[in-house]
Amino acid sequence: MSKLIVGPFNRVEGDLEVQIETADGVVEKAWVVSPMYRGFEQILHGKDPRDALIYTPRICGICSVSQSIATADALARAGGVERPKNGELALNLIHACENLADHFTHFYLFFMPDFARDIYRDESWFSPVAERFKAVRGRAAPDVMQARAEFMHLMGIMAGKWPHTLGIQPGGSTRSIETKEKVRLLSILGGFRRFLEQRLFNAPLEQMLEIGDQQQLEDWLAAGDPAQSDFRRLLQLSRDLHLDQLGKTDGRFMSYGVYPLEGARTFRAGLWYQGVAGELDTTGITEDISHSWMEGQAEPQHPFQGVTLPSGDPDKGYSWCKAPRLDGEVVEVGALARQLIDGQPLVNDLVQRSGSNVRNRVIARLLEMPRVLIEMEQWVRQLKPSEPYCSDSRTMREAEGVGLTEAARGSLGHWVRIKHGRILNYQIIAPTTWNFSPRDQQGISGPLEQALIGAPVRQGEREPVAVQHIVRSFDPCMVCTVH
Amino acid sequence: MINQTLGQQAGFNLLWLQSGGCGGCSLSLLNAESPNLLHTLEGAGINLLWHPMLSEETGSEMVRILEAILAGEIRLDALCFEGAVMRGPNDTGRFHMLAGTGRSMLDWVQDLAAVAGYTLGIGTGASFGGITAGGGNPTDACGLQFAETERGGVLGEAYRSIRGLPVINVAGCPTHPNWITETLMQLALGEFSEADLDEWQRPRGYADHLVHHGCPRNEFYEFKASAEEHSQLGCMMEHMGCLGTQAHADCNTRLWNGEGSCLRGGYACINCTAPGFQEPGHPFQETPKFAGIPIGLPTDMPKAWFVALASLSKAATPNRLRQNAVSDHIVVPPQTRKKGRHE
Ligand code: SF4
Ligand code: SF4
Repeated sequence: MSKLIVGPFNRVEGDLEVQIETADGVVEKAWVVSPMYRGFEQILHGKDPRDALIYTPRICGICSVSQSIATADALARAGGVERPKNGELALNLIHACENLADHFTHFYLFFMPDFARDIYRDESWFSPVAERFKAVRGRAAPDVMQARAEFMHLMGIMAGKWPHTLGIQPGGSTRSIETKEKVRLLSILGGFRRFLEQRLFNAPLEQMLEIGDQQQLEDWLAAGDPAQSDFRRLLQLSRDLHLDQLGKTDGRFMSYGVYPLEGARTFRAGLWYQGVAGELDTTGITEDISHSWMEGQAEPQHPFQGVTLPSGDPDKGYSWCKAPRLDGEVVEVGALARQLIDGQPLVNDLVQRSGSNVRNRVIARLLEMPRVLIEMEQWVRQLKPSEPYCSDSRTMREAEGVGLTEAARGSLGHWVRIKHGRILNYQIIAPTTWNFSPRDQQGISGPLEQALIGAPVRQGEREPVAVQHIVRSFDPCMVCTVH
Repeated sequence: MINQTLGQQAGFNLLWLQSGGCGGCSLSLLNAESPNLLHTLEGAGINLLWHPMLSEETGSEMVRILEAILAGEIRLDALCFEGAVMRGPNDTGRFHMLAGTGRSMLDWVQDLAAVAGYTLGIGTGASFGGITAGGGNPTDACGLQFAETERGGVLGEAYRSIRGLPVINVAGCPTHPNWITETLMQLALGEFSEADLDEWQRPRGYADHLVHHGCPRNEFYEFKASAEEHSQLGCMMEHMGCLGTQAHADCNTRLWNGEGSCLRGGYACINCTAPGFQEPGHPFQETPKFAGIPIGLPTDMPKAWFVALASLSKAATPNRLRQNAVSDHIVVPPQTRKKGRHE
């Protein structure tokens, strides 16, 4: 048995350490450590509630819009504010732009470069993969950055700037879109569509959504050239490296649903376990601090009651991350959960066959892009330039509200309580807090800790590459985790 | 070993570290355009020794790069440090231990800054403390050479990098990609001196401007035709908390993400390049007033003049501006003076 401390992980957002015990060439035990604490919940205490719109996006530079949406939703709920349809559409567009840019960045800049590492030198696919995906030096990187930056022009128009817009308000969007901008937005979406259709899929987006099960996916893989399609390349090396066997979790999934429009969510909320879909009741959410460097609550608490107080005792736990649980159970969140719960046929078939694993997480993420981009095109067309984008938000004296949304990497919730016009308590549970949670009072590990068990460690590996794939398959955001 | 050749090679070696911020400045950096980030760096002869989001090396390979820099095997031309440095609890720096090293980022940055050709604070966090130093500042966060407006920070008031400059504060929350790339390119070219820094050690290239310059709402400002609610078109100084007349940055002439800025996006400038911006002492999106007059007037204008001019211009506000200011789209377009029509 030997113990390894792996970190700092790069190509994840923020700082991460993973401690593993290995025996017979596989990981036997794992501890996931979030080594950075900033204290947003403490910073927010006592502020004017509207000021949360300035602070919370700065929890995270990669999903700042998701944070803004959660805050705006929580304040809208607390103040009984309704958004005009234009406001809903505008916020969905801004949010979807961030989420897709995240998926895109994650695949090309964070996840794929690991397959260009020397350890895979002998694989048949190695040289084209290295040439295209090598970190910094691969041919894809500059093109990807260009495409990403151009796609983000949507943010310039609709949100003023990204990250950290203040254009997302409880009542809607501060920026009205005129007809001339509608057509600009369509051309920006068209530019991004072109990149996805030419490089990522090498197929029309609509065709990608028609792939309904694993067999059809395999047929599609066989029908084309991986050199022309980055998605085919991923499928090819997933098959060769058995990425569908790597990084398995218990597979209990949750999604809050996202992109509300006229009373419904474009992706629905729910739970999923062993093939059975269920309704989500968020009153069962608690946070456990038994293995965290936190103090101030003896028992797990619902976020409306919970507190966030760092402990001075380094021996108290092993991570700044708390352990959120739903009805006492561990749940996995992310694109895989979101698409599964929304009923995406291919994702459902893949999960029925092989559960939650590295390959399925990445496929779900990539196939969310066509789905959402097509929605975005529809949303732009529905904008009505002469109608309002924002309704008034009121100041609040005594209220409470919850904002639940989906960041690219999973379910994000903000819970706010307001007293005498000030924030009395603000609690945040980020997606990676669910996925990278430490053990709870029962000693049960969170999804990543589970997923690492059994990961192969090759002879002499100091940073086991399998561990890297598993970690990155969750698209973690460490700054959000403990905020 | 890894990247060791970079120690000898020509060009300008850049190391990027992140601590108590949100990573937003790095994500903003990826928005660099014309050309994209990698081509911009390449064109300027800047070698990326390591960047947390972009590089291949992870774990011990990355730590080895840091050690090689400290041992003098790799020359460090520029240390870019993003995010506040967290000194707590009790000056241990334990709120951010650099993963895999058992050492606080506080210790690492002090060591690395000692051997860096230039040290850059990326974003308002690394510059002054920023958002992480807000509220009661639970983590005791501060900037590299400032704790808000107070000189000192974690490197101390007397700190100079190897090439003789104090910390260069590329402030902004987040900072604009070009503020970073242009500063780095000037450094790599050898065309940056202390005279290029303003009083808060921000590059004057962008800090000698005010956000108010080039704001599309300037005409509304002139006539004090003000927005009263979100999404309206008027000037946001009078009611919505806009600090554009005081904020040092070129956001309305340089633009973000192709064509945006806070003001173009319909919300107030909160002066995010300034020390202490995160605690304005009043709700951000409200203009504090005394006797109906905004307290935070343009810094270089006598108050009496401002008040006199404002009441004059208010009396003269054209109907077009008065109506458009409180609408979310143009309701009264500018008129063409028709031939033969007299007014
Ligand atoms: S909105 Fe702000 S920056 Fe624009 S004109 Fe008014 S005061 Fe100046
Ligand atoms: S307009 Fe003001 S708040 Fe917005 S980015 Fe520029 S300096 Fe910062």
